[in-house]
Amino acid sequence: MEPLLEILHDLHPDTDFTRETRLLDDGILVSFDIVMLVTRIEEEYGVLIPAKAITPEHFNSATALYALIRTLLEQDD
Amino acid sequence: MKRTVRTIIGITLALAVFFGALYALTRLVAPKYAETAVEGRLVREYYDEQTPHDVLLLGDCEVFSNFSPVTLYREYGVTSCIRGSAQQLVWQSYYLLEDTLKTETPKVVVYNVLALKYAKPQSEAYNRMTLDGMRWGKAKIGAIQASMTDGEDFLSYVFPLLRFHDRWTELTKEDFRYWFKNAGPVSYKGYLMRTEVRPATETPIPKPLEDPHLPETSMAWLRKMAKLCEQNGIELVLIKSPSIEPYWYPEWDADVRAFADAHGLRYENMIENNAAGIDMQTDTCDMGQHLNVTGAEKLSRWFGKELQDAYGLKDHRGEAAFDADYGALTARYEAEKQEGN
Amino acid sequence: MQFTSWAFLLFLAVLLPVYYLVPKRMQWIVLLLFDALFVCAAGTLGAVFMLVTIGTVYGAARWIDALFFRQRSRIAAMKQTHTKEERKRERLRFEAKRRRVLIGCLVVNVGILFALKYGAAIGRLSATLFHTRAFGSELMLTMGISFYTFSTVGYLIDVYRETIPAEKNPFRLALFVSFFPLLVQGPICRFLDLKNDLFTPHAFSDERFLKGSLRIAWGYWKKLIVADRLLVAVKALCARPDVYRGGVVLLEMLLYAACLYADFTGGIDITIGIGEWLGIGIPENFRRPYFSKGIAEYWRRWHITLGEWFRTYVYYPLSVSKPMRALSTKLRRLGTGVSRRVPVYLATMLVWALTGAWHGSNPTFLVWGLLNGAVILLSEECKPLYARFHRRFPRLTKSAFYRGFTVIRTVLLLSSLRLLDCYSTVGDAFSAFGSMFTTWNWNLVLFGGIQSLGLKWTDYLVAGAGVLLMFAVSMLQRKGPVRERILRRGPVIGVCAILLLVGTVLVFGRYGFGFDAGQFIYNRF
Repeated sequence: MEPLLEILHDLHPDTDFTRETRLLDDGILVSFDIVMLVTRIEEEYGVLIPAKAITPEHFNSATALYALIRTLLEQDD
Repeated sequence: MKRTVRTIIGITLALAVFFGALYALTRLVAPKYAETAVEGRLVREYYDEQTPHDVLLLGDCEVFSNFSPVTLYREYGVTSCIRGSAQQLVWQSYYLLEDTLKTETPKVVVYNVLALKYAKPQSEAYNRMTLDGMRWGKAKIGAIQASMTDGEDFLSYVFPLLRFHDRWTELTKEDFRYWFKNAGPVSYKGYLMRTEVRPATETPIPKPLEDPHLPETSMAWLRKMAKLCEQNGIELVLIKSPSIEPYWYPEWDADVRAFADAHGLRYENMIENNAAGIDMQTDTCDMGQHLNVTGAEKLSRWFGKELQDAYGLKDHRGEAAFDADYGALTARYEAEKQEGN
Repeated sequence: MQFTSWAFLLFLAVLLPVYYLVPKRMQWIVLLLFDALFVCAAGTLGAVFMLVTIGTVYGAARWIDALFFRQRSRIAAMKQTHTKEERKRERLRFEAKRRRVLIGCLVVNVGILFALKYGAAIGRLSATLFHTRAFGSELMLTMGISFYTFSTVGYLIDVYRETIPAEKNPFRLALFVSFFPLLVQGPICRFLDLKNDLFTPHAFSDERFLKGSLRIAWGYWKKLIVADRLLVAVKALCARPDVYRGGVVLLEMLLYAACLYADFTGGIDITIGIGEWLGIGIPENFRRPYFSKGIAEYWRRWHITLGEWFRTYVYYPLSVSKPMRALSTKLRRLGTGVSRRVPVYLATMLVWALTGAWHGSNPTFLVWGLLNGAVILLSEECKPLYARFHRRFPRLTKSAFYRGFTVIRTVLLLSSLRLLDCYSTVGDAFSAFGSMFTTWNWNLVLFGGIQSLGLKWTDYLVAGAGVLLMFAVSMLQRKGPVRERILRRGPVIGVCAILLLVGTVLVFGRYGFGFDAGQFIYNRF
């Protein structure tokens, strides 16, 4: 979880990502951030988030996003 | 329960105010034709008539400017009225006849043939002047449907606000003065008096005709008119009144004559047959387009005699109702004539 | 059928009672029949294209669904007998097959859209190149095709992604594709957003009826009083780029901004209001876009559904696609800054080129799209700069004055870009823009110039009052929906508000003989 929070912090230093739960719905994360985020996650965790997973459900909070990454990691095994 | 009742009352009230306001607005923005384009009042004025008519004259400005019902009565006791308005098209004349027949059946209908040259509606403004004054009924609906130009819609005749709403930018005192009342009478049983004299200085030079014949659509309306007259036992007389402008082509004249012969109707071309003795130096108010009051009286004196001789029209002079009606009318008529001279 | 035609009002007046009088489970069928009427009234050719779309997308979606099903049962059967490698190969085989079905169907449907949009343009081009008779000019854009093609393609991709199952009843899909309020100017809807409302029974509710009526009346108000009035002046200004220059161009930009807003949001108000009448929730397409503090924010608040569509179905898939990732990895030696930016940049510019192309076949739209993309990327790059500025002057940047400045800046920026939408050539647009800084003719703007644009001074007065009211409503909206606040005061107040709107439209609207019944600007898309 730590590396993910670090990436998020790099994108938006002013946001407390441990608490926000409407990142996408409230427009904190915009489309650039998403693509940047996907790129960084791929670099960091080695998983590629597919386009169909880019939904508010997965991107509204750091926890949800981390859960998505875990699922994708497990699928790969 | 109490709330529902209050709501229903509230909404009914709101709707009443709304429709009341729309009605008031419609009256306000509708053109009054009070000082300009007074011809716009002619069609409606017919409904103020108190006495019946033996002769009905139909047509465009060549009837409402050229014939004087006052003269016809004064000279021969012939009762008549004109249902004509600016550039009144043949189907509009037909429907005005239909409209008239709802309340009275004249013995003779005189139709001036100039408008036969138009097969299509010409101008929205003229449509409005003719149609808005008609009373509602089958005839008005038919007239509207036959007359609409491109871009007009029927609904705007039912709710004139839809047509005239933009006139709020050009309202004048006259719109407020005649907001809820009609402007006083402008015509004498459909006759619009002109007193000035402007002689015709040159004879019109006709442009060559593209099509030598009158359009079939207008002739079809004329046929309908003839049939309607026949069904009601009315004599139809076709005339071309003596106005020399716009030009009346011999080819058109031949068409009308052929029609008259085929239907056994009388057709009188008053340019050719100037038995009335119209002089375009003294009898016209606009260089030959319309007659002035001198011309109209001259023409009516001759034409009234012709009608009475041919159709044995009754002399109504001495009947109380007619004398009273025409007495008041004549007083106003003479006053305007005096004022003009 | 236009929203502003008597025929359309009559259509609604017949539909509504029928819709609520038939047995509730028949409602969607009634709706489908009226859709058919609506589409056929717009032209039989358009109906044919729509049928092709419904047919191909229905078939492709069912096929893709079947492939999913076959894949699962096949792989389950292989579990005992085959190795993991073999199972994976089998899965990839099915995936490839599904992709072929998807692409085939997309080619047909996007092809129709492309042919209709560009057919005439290509015809003209080849006519000038080869001196032949222009072909394709008779192929007019059929109504709503840009909107329903996008909605339908979205549905197909959702099925392909297993976000939703394929619809089994072709008539239900047909209703989604042809739902008439959306055909006039969108919004672009997703099947999963609409399907519940479209097919569930609705009882008549006077509350909902009142709510919808208020929204519809407000839509017509904006459209007929403000948009159609200003459109006259905008058209006159756009028609003569050689005459109207300098300060007049600024005036033109502002008039067009107001006109487009009134026209487009007015149309969407009518659409959503009709949806409310029928009990069908249609997504919002605008959130006070002119209050945006930057261009990217503006595009999240203006024509929302189009932006979302492009993000969901083009931007994200493209930027996370394998070739894009490979490119990004390859560029890593140039530094992470470059490698991380390349996907974003490429995807952004491509999406904006497509957005431009979607708006029209004229090259001006392509330039317009690319410039939008470029400005968005530029402002993204400037973010650290802004952050420094904010830290340096915290009191200034938190003030209402500064917020107002950013809002006005955004409106001016977008209005400048929109000049490309006004003129027929890119050159004219740039020349007009440049003249604002070189030609000093404010006397013309302020004294007499605007009188010659086909509007009377009363028209400017009415339009100005209209713009003020729209602004006031937007301001009030920030504290919650204005409509609900009106209706909370009771149905009588609601009815009064509706009647007031209708009455003012009847008097001050631009309609009827003498006024061209204006089309919604967005209808040609």
